[in-house]
This record gives sequence, C-alpha cells and structure tokens, in this order.
Amino acid sequence: MNISCFGLSHQTASVEIRERFAVADSALPEALRRLRAIEGVEEALIVSTCNRTEFYVAGGVAQLSPARFFQEFYKGLRSDDEPHFFGLWAEGCVHHLFRVVSGMESMVVGETEIFGQVKRAYEVAVHEKATGRRLNKLFQKSFHVGKQVRSSTAVGRGSISVGSVAVDLAEQIFGKLEGCKIMVLGAGDTSEKMARSFKARGARQIFVSNRSFDRARVLAQETGGRAIRFEDWEKEFADLDILVTSTSAPHAIVTVEKIAPVLRYRGDRPLFMIDVAVPRDIDPDVHRLEGVYVYDLDALQSMAERSMEARKQEVAGGDRLIAKHVIEFQNWLEKSAKPMIGQVALELPPS
Amino acid sequence: MHLDFTASFIFVADRSWIWLAAYCFVLASAYSGYTLFAGKFMAPRLTFGLVAAGFVCQTIFLAVRGHEVGRCPITNFFELLTFLSWSMILIYLVIGSSYRLSLLGVFTTPFAGVLSIWALLQPESEAVPVKHPVNPWLEAHTSFSIVACGAFALAGLAGLMYLIQERQLKTRRPSSVFFRLPPIRTLVVANSRLLWLGFGLFTIGLATGFMIGQDVDWRKVAWSLVVWALYGGILLARIRRSMATRWVATLSIIVFGLLLSMFWGIRFISEVSPVR
Repeated sequence: MNISCFGLSHQTASVEIRERFAVADSALPEALRRLRAIEGVEEALIVSTCNRTEFYVAGGVAQLSPARFFQEFYKGLRSDDEPHFFGLWAEGCVHHLFRVVSGMESMVVGETEIFGQVKRAYEVAVHEKATGRRLNKLFQKSFHVGKQVRSSTAVGRGSISVGSVAVDLAEQIFGKLEGCKIMVLGAGDTSEKMARSFKARGARQIFVSNRSFDRARVLAQETGGRAIRFEDWEKEFADLDILVTSTSAPHAIVTVEKIAPVLRYRGDRPLFMIDVAVPRDIDPDVHRLEGVYVYDLDALQSMAERSMEARKQEVAGGDRLIAKHVIEFQNWLEKSAKPMIGQVALELPPS
Repeated sequence: MHLDFTASFIFVADRSWIWLAAYCFVLASAYSGYTLFAGKFMAPRLTFGLVAAGFVCQTIFLAVRGHEVGRCPITNFFELLTFLSWSMILIYLVIGSSYRLSLLGVFTTPFAGVLSIWALLQPESEAVPVKHPVNPWLEAHTSFSIVACGAFALAGLAGLMYLIQERQLKTRRPSSVFFRLPPIRTLVVANSRLLWLGFGLFTIGLATGFMIGQDVDWRKVAWSLVVWALYGGILLARIRRSMATRWVATLSIIVFGLLLSMFWGIRFISEVSPVR
C-alpha cells in the first residue's frame, strides 16, 4: 500500500512551530505543485489547519524519513524541528486520516470543523488535478467513515464550551429560541460571546444593559438587539425568558426579593438565568424559586467537562469502526493494484 | 370456501389482533427506551412505524368487533381497556408530530402495552351481539368518555416527563436523557392542551350520559363528577395562575390514577348490577 502521510500537529508541536509550517489557502495550489515535484510523488493532498499540517501522498516515497520529506518540501529546517514531525505509511496513514476526519485527533475531541477543512483541502487538490485514483478513493472513504463515526458513536455529542452548554440548556427549556426574550446584563467579553451564541441559534429579541450605556449600545448593535439603561433593566423583567449576567458588581444584584413578586405575573413560563460573573450576580437562593433555573459558571463548566469526558470514552468505539474500514480500504487497494501489475508486465520489453 | 375464510378472519380478528398490537407496543417501548437511556441514536420512523402498526391492529379489532356486536365495541372490560389504549395512541399519533413530542412515545408505548396485556388477561372477551336497538346517547357517552381518558392519560405522561425534566434542571447535573426528552416549555403546553381536550370530551361524555334515558347508576355518576371536578379545578387554578406548574403536572398524574381506579369501580359496579 504505497500511501503515506507526513506532518506535524498540536500533539507534539507548539503553535509557534505550527504556524511556521502552515500552508495558507491561497498558497495551496503552488504548494501542491511543489509537492508533486518531489521524486516518487504521484498523487498529493495537503491538509493545513491551525492545529495540523499534513501531506498525503501516493507513490514511491515510503523510503523517505519525515525529516527528509520536510527538508525536500520546505528547503531549510531548524535543528530542533525534527522531533515534531511524524510519518505514517500504508494502514497507519489510512487509520490516521480516518481518525482526523472523525475529529478523534482534534484538540477538542469530536469537533466538526475538521471534517469541512479536510473536505475543502480535498476539493482544492481535485481542482488542481493533484489527486488520482488512490487518494480520491481514500478521501471519499474517509468522509463516509467520519459521518458514520459521528452518527454511530457519541464522540461529537454534548457541548464542551460554557457558551454552548448554556445555549443548549436554553433550547431544552424553551425549544426554539426565536420567540425568547433575552437580556444580557454587563457588556464584557463573556456577555458578548454569550449574546452571539444566542443570536447564532436564532434568538431575535436581545436586550443589553450595562453601566456604561455606550458600551451596551455597541454590543446591542453587534447582536441586532436593543440597549437599555442600567437603571431600567428591572422594568423589563416581567416578560423575560433568559437572563445572562456578567457585571462586575461586588454583590448579588438579582435577589429573591426582586424576582419573587415578578413570578406571579409570569404564569407557567420558565425563567432561565445564566450567571457568568465572579463574584456572582445572582443570589443562589433564586434557584429555589418555582420555575426559575440559575446556572453559574461552575455548573456550566462542570457540564462541559462531563461532555468532554463522555466524548473521550467514545473514542474506543470509534476506533473499532475505523479498524473495519481500514481493512476494507486495504482490500480495495490490493485488488485494484493487481490489474496494474498485469499491465506493467505487459508493457515490459520481451526478454 | 367463503364461510371458511370469514370464520378464520373472525378468529384472527379476535384476541390475536390485540396480541399483535401488544407485541408492537412492547417492541416500540423496548427499542425507544434502550436508545434513550443508552444514549444511542434513535430512528424515529421505526418507533412511529411500530406504534402505527399496533394502532392498525387495534383498529381492525375494534372495527370487526363493532361489526359483530352491532354497536361501539365497549361491552366488556376487555373491550373497554382496548378502546382506552386505542384512544391514547390515536391522540399520541395526532399530537406527537404536531408538538415535537415524538419522544412521548417512550412513555406512551409501555402504557399502551400494559393496557393491551391487561385487556388480554381478562377472561370475558367474547363478542356480545346487541339484543335491543342501539341507544345513540349511550354510544356517544361511552366513546367520548373513553377518548377523554386517552387524552388525560397523555396529559399525565406529559406531566411525568415535565417532572423528570424539572428535576434534572434543578439538580444542575442534567443527564443525557434530559437532552433527548422534549423541551420543558413544550411539555407544559402539551400538558395544558391535553387537559383541556380531555376535559372538553369528558364533559360531553358526562352530559350525554344524562340523555341515555335508562336508570342512572348514581354511584357511577358521583365518581365521574368527582373526576370532572378535579380536572376542572386543575384547569381553573391554571387559568388563575394560582398553582405552580409542578403541581399541575403532579396532579395530572394523580387524578389520572384516580380515573384508572374508576374503571375498576365501574367494572365492580357492572358485575354487581349490569347496566345492559
């Protein structure tokens, strides 16, 4: 099986090293031409993301060491670069690619972005006519495997960031977020990220309140919401669905005394409160009120960590699936190589 | 030849259809329960297909039995339980897709399965052809009342799911089951609408009961009025916002339990003094 992969990734290389070896999207066509110019390379494909730069080649390059390959391609390495490179051949290369596409080699296990990145890298290589029968089959198979691993295992399930955990919870409380009224108290970085997450999931009514009204207005404009003066935020409380707080107040600004009277007018509508401030903006006793759910940073962080742990446990199941597909691909490659051997024999000059 | 075929069809149309329906519901609940609690991917079409197949079996049984007895087939406890299970599945199939409540099936199918098996355990299941002209008021009374019970059953199941979701949110450690059950707000809306639907149908059933024109069994009437008043009270408290959602959900389950016990009561009363 003359398929190989040379590369470096977040597992061994720091970001300073990765950025030196990264290949920009605009430079990919030229890089593919250079790669194919290396002796023995018949088919080529480059996957370059912020966490990895990998060169997939088909042809007679199995004798090259990773350091030699990088030297041939980059022409000039530092003495301490070598330990960061890896080289994988045959089944090892196929297995690695299937894991990469399935998100099992990612820094955040199970993330889906890598699938799209590999797909784009493949499209560029096809467009540049750098791939052939073997790499085409390998990458098409890898996309099939990636989808299957994600649908058959829980490797990509569960949110792993505080923001997405909060938005997922909101969706499990209210269903669609389009009709929800969301208020963001405090206009710092965390609030901004949270507001953007809600907007990305369809929230349309976002209100921003901050001690500095100008800052509130800026964030409101960015998220398509409305700014409210800090003195007025309590007036909007009666028909609110979700409250995000991240102010720098030294004590709780949302208390049972403030919330309990408002609840009587809300009927059976739940109230979801996300407190990402330290010290906390919401009195913990508010969580005890009927129909009110308060999640602070610790609660959200703990949920994100549990999801991450669950994803890691799913990796073994993903590997079992991948192993079957590696064998299938190997069989295909061996079968498809036989006619070529015959063809080569026919073309040999008579002895 | 024709007679043989008809005889065999009637034979199959008897309890076998309910056995088939029970198999479908048990399979559906085992499958959906496994996928839900093991965190596996669930093919909603498979669950829906099994529930629909069970429903078709029940419908065939009720149609054939109705044709045999010449009236709505609620002449004994076996048929009563079958009709109740059928009503519940009918409402589930209608509202399940409308309210993104496909997972309500996880809770509906085991209950429908239990009702079907309970029906099959009843010894008296032979068709009893009607001997005197059918009273349309009696027909309307029984059908409306039992379809109402189906709606109340689903309201109770939506209430149960709400309590599970509520509890998970309050503990701040929701499991994977939490993310696979319907949103809590959807469950509140579904519970409320099912209570209203059931209450409306039950009211019609109760009103038509007074129009039957036969001797009224006041013990049954009193029992029915208590259930009607309890559901009415829940809805009134909901309108006036004087009862917490958690309590509405809890009472939906408790009052349905009471309603189920009414079936035993009616059966007991019927055995002591049969109406028909």
